[in-house]
Amino acid sequence: MDFDLSEEQRLLKDSLDRLIGDRYAFEQRKAYAQNAEGWSRELWRQYAELGLLGLPFAEADGGSGGGPVETMLVMEAIGRGLVLEPYFATVVLGGGFLRHGGNAELRREVVPKIADGSLILAFGQTERNSRWNLADVMTRARRDGSGWVLDGEKGVVLYGDSAGKLIVTARLGGGQRDREGIGVFLVDAAAPGISRRGYPTQDGLRAAEVTLAGVRVGADAVLGEPGAGLPLVERVVDEGVAALCAEAVGAMAIMHELTVEYLKTRRQFGREIGSFQVLQHRAVDMLIALEQARSMAMYATMMAAEENATERRDAISAAKIQIGRSGKFVGQQAIQLHGGIGMTMEYKVGHYFKRVTMIDTIFGDADYHLRALARRGGSPIAT
Amino acid sequence: MDLRFTPEELAFRDEVRTFFHENLPESIRTKLVEGKKLAKDDIVTWQRILNKKGWAVANWPVEWGGTGWTPVQQYIFQEELQLTPAPQPLGFGVTMVGPVMIAFGSETQKKHFLPRIANLEDWWCQGFSEPGSGSDLASLRTAAKRDGDHYIVNGQKTWTTLAQHADWIFCLVRTDPQAKKQEGISFLLIDMKTPGITVRPIITIEGGHEVNEVFFDDVNVPVENLVGQENKGWDYAKYLLGRERTGIARVGLSKERIRRIKELAALERDGERPLIEDERFREKLAAVEVELKALEMTQLRVVAAERHRTDNRPDPASSILKIKGSEIQQATTELLMEVVGPYALPYQPEREDDDRWNEPPIGPEWAGPIAPTYFNWRKTTIYGGTNEIQKNIVAKAILGL
Repeated sequence: MDFDLSEEQRLLKDSLDRLIGDRYAFEQRKAYAQNAEGWSRELWRQYAELGLLGLPFAEADGGSGGGPVETMLVMEAIGRGLVLEPYFATVVLGGGFLRHGGNAELRREVVPKIADGSLILAFGQTERNSRWNLADVMTRARRDGSGWVLDGEKGVVLYGDSAGKLIVTARLGGGQRDREGIGVFLVDAAAPGISRRGYPTQDGLRAAEVTLAGVRVGADAVLGEPGAGLPLVERVVDEGVAALCAEAVGAMAIMHELTVEYLKTRRQFGREIGSFQVLQHRAVDMLIALEQARSMAMYATMMAAEENATERRDAISAAKIQIGRSGKFVGQQAIQLHGGIGMTMEYKVGHYFKRVTMIDTIFGDADYHLRALARRGGSPIAT
Repeated sequence: MDLRFTPEELAFRDEVRTFFHENLPESIRTKLVEGKKLAKDDIVTWQRILNKKGWAVANWPVEWGGTGWTPVQQYIFQEELQLTPAPQPLGFGVTMVGPVMIAFGSETQKKHFLPRIANLEDWWCQGFSEPGSGSDLASLRTAAKRDGDHYIVNGQKTWTTLAQHADWIFCLVRTDPQAKKQEGISFLLIDMKTPGITVRPIITIEGGHEVNEVFFDDVNVPVENLVGQENKGWDYAKYLLGRERTGIARVGLSKERIRRIKELAALERDGERPLIEDERFREKLAAVEVELKALEMTQLRVVAAERHRTDNRPDPASSILKIKGSEIQQATTELLMEVVGPYALPYQPEREDDDRWNEPPIGPEWAGPIAPTYFNWRKTTIYGGTNEIQKNIVAKAILGL
């Protein structure tokens, strides 16, 4: 039982803190968002130089062999800085598909491009009717000689507009929500038949609606087993949720810091408003919600690599529930305790609130996971 | 970072678990599972079994009979007690007055009292709260006036848990009425048999007798029963209250309750199916489980941080554990109320110190203690410093507000 970081992990954390401190002040972030793609390619190259983009990949594939704890540290820093670059889409999700579903040849080809910053990936899962059910896939994959033809529409593909390659789920057979019959495909984003409509998201990030119309891919485009891709998707998404939990904790921590700072400086009725007990207790309730979330983000990090899919899923659901509930409380109260200034676009707390709110809508909100966990009869409580 | 127990820690857990299962009398375990009251003898019997094994005062320094376990081992031991479930060693002696004597008491006090605490020869109770001094404890007024080699104590203590069994009481008393309120308080050990002491039961809302009022009317206390220095009692009390950093959340107890909720909700039918299959009920239960899992991880973070601590000051994080732990404990009692449904209603008091209750139960045999436990458990957000006081502590000590 040990919550300490290793020496290397501490160094990583320090360098991340420095990076966010130097390069991600609120005004700097605004400038990055003005770029055509909505984020900074220049910073992306810096992440590559720092080794962040190759972090979770095996050394044999051109990475640096980091694990879930390293990803947690990066994502928490991303949460603290409200980082705009597509780390989650490219390294966590895209990288996850390659690590768990890509053969050695593919990994040797693609991982170095991720690590050096030249390749952006995006994962297309959501469809108009799927909500968060990973098995609900209507995009079709038809056999075409040794390859496949893909037809369908994917929505809210995070960084789908910037991506050089897309990873999409498509149905080879079976009904709309069957667990069997799902394939995962790695597709060149410039392939004929793909059209993308990029847009900003509520929290200032990017996403795209992607249409696939008769998109031809080779046999080597399949990640994992054709027709049995769902366990791969679930595994990658579970790792992704653990990473999002860490990001949310970073953002919540900043909201709490900003709020406590505000309570200490804002004066009304001739005194600091932090001297009022009702506000003190609210700030403590926020701290409790934050610490409970932090605990569950650590738990999710520990369980993200769990091979037993049932245990992993239950743990990840439990974490996402806690993050969703804590995030909503901390975010809403951060705005409330700031009063009017918290409502303004020019002040940063609202941007953190928006990011944490949107994290709840990715890969299942708190209620979705609560229902799922309850149905499975699953208690994550080990005795 | 590795949040799993090491193989050594797991082996230790198995050793503790096996010992508990082999040595705890089944009648005691059953009472705890069913939410019934323990008799004094149950608690004494179990603590003596633990003491024979060398585990009654696990948290003390080795020279006074402690185990020298790591914080994680201490945690595992507590957790296993709650999961079994087995009675805790009597806290007033083992976690409160014992450690205070070890830190501040005289050699004579230590040599005489500590072995008797370990073997529960002396049942201790706590004389802190007074009718006018609850959350504002330092305003206490029970007075001890020096008279030669004695103090003469006059006043009243209240909420004194299990004083009806007690041989001794440790009291905060005012020895300097002129000083600032925290600076005129002393820590006195008082024999409950001393003339002038009266114990009067307070019956709590569920009908039980756990707490008492204790009256002191010209009670003579020898000066050698003063702990440490006169007028330093407030420091010792803070030491006592702050030492209990972990275990306060009672995660193991809530886990055991959730196990019980699932067991009973599978027995109880709701229409065509057991209650446990009701989706809404399952979601409520799962929500509590998630909170509890998060609390467990928070608690382990505090336990793991213990080994980096160099001081003995209270960890304000323990306030968070207390707040969240008590809320979750109360939530489990609410879920049990939902499980029992209409048979929460019949009032079926237990007989104190008598498990030969011959009347047949009304309704399901397990229903009797559920509503009383729900009522009684409202205390958890009040005792040990109300949750509101805990929030004041966190606001000041952690947030700097």
